[in-house]
Amino acid sequence: MSDAIVLKYDVPGDDFTRAGEASSDIKQKLKQMGIPPEAIRKVAISMYEGEINMVIHAHGGQITVEITPEDVDMLLVDHGPGIADISQAMQAGFSTAPEDVRGLGFGAGMGLPNMKKYSDDFSIESEVGVGTTVHMKVRF
Amino acid sequence: MTIREIQKILDAKVCCGEELLDREVHTACGSDLMSDVLAFVKDQAVLLTGLCNPQAIRTAEMMDIVCLVFVRSKVPTETMVELARENDLVILSTELAMFPSCGLLYENGLRGGSRI
Ligand SMILES: Nc1ncnc2c1ncn2[C@@H]1O[C@H](COP(=O)(O)OP(=O)(O)O)[C@@H](O)[C@H]1O
Ligand SMILES: [Mg+2]
Repeated sequence: MSDAIVLKYDVPGDDFTRAGEASSDIKQKLKQMGIPPEAIRKVAISMYEGEINMVIHAHGGQITVEITPEDVDMLLVDHGPGIADISQAMQAGFSTAPEDVRGLGFGAGMGLPNMKKYSDDFSIESEVGVGTTVHMKVRF
Repeated sequence: MTIREIQKILDAKVCCGEELLDREVHTACGSDLMSDVLAFVKDQAVLLTGLCNPQAIRTAEMMDIVCLVFVRSKVPTETMVELARENDLVILSTELAMFPSCGLLYENGLRGGSRI
């Protein structure tokens, strides 16, 4: 599509303090473009949770964001350990995050539920030992 | 309630955002769990937390939170302050613990979000 803007981010897997930089950048860009605040908030929350998951569960990954006049499309791809039981992972409160991650304010098992709640389209595919792909869309 | 009133009530130190103290706050949330904040916080909120790390600032940024209060005398690092400044976020630091901080603000008329 001619009006689409495509942005790619490498999410570093080893540095928790930097988690959120990609989401922050997208949020600022959407703001500059004059996208409605409610849509920006939905993008920011779902992408931030996805970014955090890449850092704490998957040693990082790549995020590709496509902004069109109608929506924001987010594709999050990692080559981490994968998820054995996706429906279990989607349950509010389910988490395999280690104690140190909880001490950092995450690992409450609300990330995937939040992503599903705040995006208009949500899909997740995962294979153990191969990685996880999350696809989300927020419409304006 | 304005951020300035919050600062007075909690006898808090202003770590950054001195020029933004007259902003209005509509709702409050006290939590150390950032995912809960991401799930439930509504507009123009103040977040009280004991979690003093860059992710607290990031979470505030994502939610358009206007003021962050670190309880129990926690103070942000220089990096955190910079991040907060970029996002027009006020950071306060109070000697009070979480429970009395929330209690005082509630007593003075500030309310939290609705039930889930
Ligand atoms: N990208 C990922 N790679 C591997 N496992 C993941 C990934 N995202 C989520 N998970 C698994 O799903 C669980 C639930 O995720 P989430 O709802 O975000 O909660 P939390 O991150 O707080 O544990 C995680 O604890 C983890 O086991
Ligand atoms: Mg998560």
